[in-house]
Amino acid sequence: MRHWERPHYIVASKFWRLSLWLLFFVYLVIGIGSIDVNWTRVYEGLERGSNFLSAFLHPDFITRSNDIYAGILESLTITVTSTVAGILLSIPFGIGAARNISIKPIYLFCRAFIAVSRSMQEVIVAIFLVALFGFGAFAGFLTLTYATIGFLGKLLAEEIEGIDRKQLEAIKSTGASWLQSIHMAIWPQVMPRMVGLSFYRFDINFRESAVIGIVGAGGIGATLNTAIDRYEYDSAGAILLLIIIIVMICEYLSGWIRKWIS
Amino acid sequence: MDQLTQHTLWQSNIRRKNWLVWGTCFVLALLTVYCWSIMNKDTIWEFVYDAPEQGADLVSRMFPPDWFYINKLYKALWDTINIATLGTLLGLIIALPVAFLAARNTTPSVLFVRPIALFIIAASRSINSLIWALLLVMILGPGILAGVLAIGLRSVGFIAKLFYESIEEINATSVEAIESTGASRFQVINYAIIPQVLPAFLGVIIFRWDINIRESTILGLVGAGGIGLFLSSSLNVLAWPQVTLIIVVILATVIVSEFLSAKVRALLIG
Repeated sequence: MRHWERPHYIVASKFWRLSLWLLFFVYLVIGIGSIDVNWTRVYEGLERGSNFLSAFLHPDFITRSNDIYAGILESLTITVTSTVAGILLSIPFGIGAARNISIKPIYLFCRAFIAVSRSMQEVIVAIFLVALFGFGAFAGFLTLTYATIGFLGKLLAEEIEGIDRKQLEAIKSTGASWLQSIHMAIWPQVMPRMVGLSFYRFDINFRESAVIGIVGAGGIGATLNTAIDRYEYDSAGAILLLIIIIVMICEYLSGWIRKWIS
Repeated sequence: MDQLTQHTLWQSNIRRKNWLVWGTCFVLALLTVYCWSIMNKDTIWEFVYDAPEQGADLVSRMFPPDWFYINKLYKALWDTINIATLGTLLGLIIALPVAFLAARNTTPSVLFVRPIALFIIAASRSINSLIWALLLVMILGPGILAGVLAIGLRSVGFIAKLFYESIEEINATSVEAIESTGASRFQVINYAIIPQVLPAFLGVIIFRWDINIRESTILGLVGAGGIGLFLSSSLNVLAWPQVTLIIVVILATVIVSEFLSAKVRALLIG
């Protein structure tokens, strides 16, 4: 009887496959070895963990309802304003960063701006903006706007670079100005995807707005941080549940709207 | 007559669509203004107006960076990379079964098991790794372990979602071919599904590792180990030259990891 073995797809040579596995296991041993765990502390923490789990199953929306309401409202308003501002600002940056319709100096400037915005974590940006603009929602708004410009600007630029050139040439051959050709030839081609991506970013911005509060930039994150610091697990559980529910609603809505548009 | 009605119908259709678009824009603008007014209720505008001065002051404090501080950062950087890598592996181990339970064509029960798997995915995805870290530091105490678990738990949803979507997109013919030989469920997965989804899976894992490197750099802000721990302690004592250096190191790490993951992806998937 012949034995059949599934072919190996990634690394064909047996020698390299084995040595890669060996390397992987050596790393795994070293890596796991570098985690020093304080087992007594973990043991003490397990009780808190089970407390938290039971609190998560019996969330308390009532006791801190004012704080929770204010936090959620702040997060949502930050999300809306920063997403809208980010979309509006990402359009010039996206157009400027598309190689096929932009000129070299503007292209380089926009690409650099987008690269810097994308490689900076929102939380780190928030730390600096809080230092500059003071604690509160305004710093959060600026942080998320900045992050949105990088995210949408890059995707818009790639979308514009991938358009069908024929339509652009057709519109240009009628003697249309640069602005008219963007409006008539490029905008209709990239619009459906841009709308979808904007909703996706709205989603991300809400999730991020729940985090930047930890460093003082407003939103539900600050409320959550306080609840955990005070060991009010039932309130923390309620906040986490609210975040999950709102994110799920956002995802469902954005999926529905994207289907409706395309 | 026929032509005429068609013509008017077409015009009104466009007009109605235009009205709809403008109406949506108008409502959106109103909503934004309303949100803006609520959001800035507590904003102290004096702090905003003197931001340029504050910025100039901050920059003068931040430069030059404290280059010698880097000797203390090597260990933290190694921890950060470990948190990201081990966290990705942990996420992968949990995500694999969840993905197969969530995919419509491999789940044992669409009615009972699939919704549970989808809820696990949604819960893991909607909570940021920093919040996971906040919870885990409270339970396990500060340290690398909390960071690894936070990254792992956050990665589960991301990896499982992209995995199950690619499982649902596979070609059913080869699954049927293997099934018709009398293969068991596990054998079907091994011989018909895995070969089809492996490239997509590898791409997802590398992509997530890249994201995890970014996220693990800040986990230390809540005490979950890595270079963020040093960032937070330098911020607390307002040692801005050290902060500058740490930011430079973080940016360099992120750029190197992005470069590496692009290379590996090109090598594996082509």
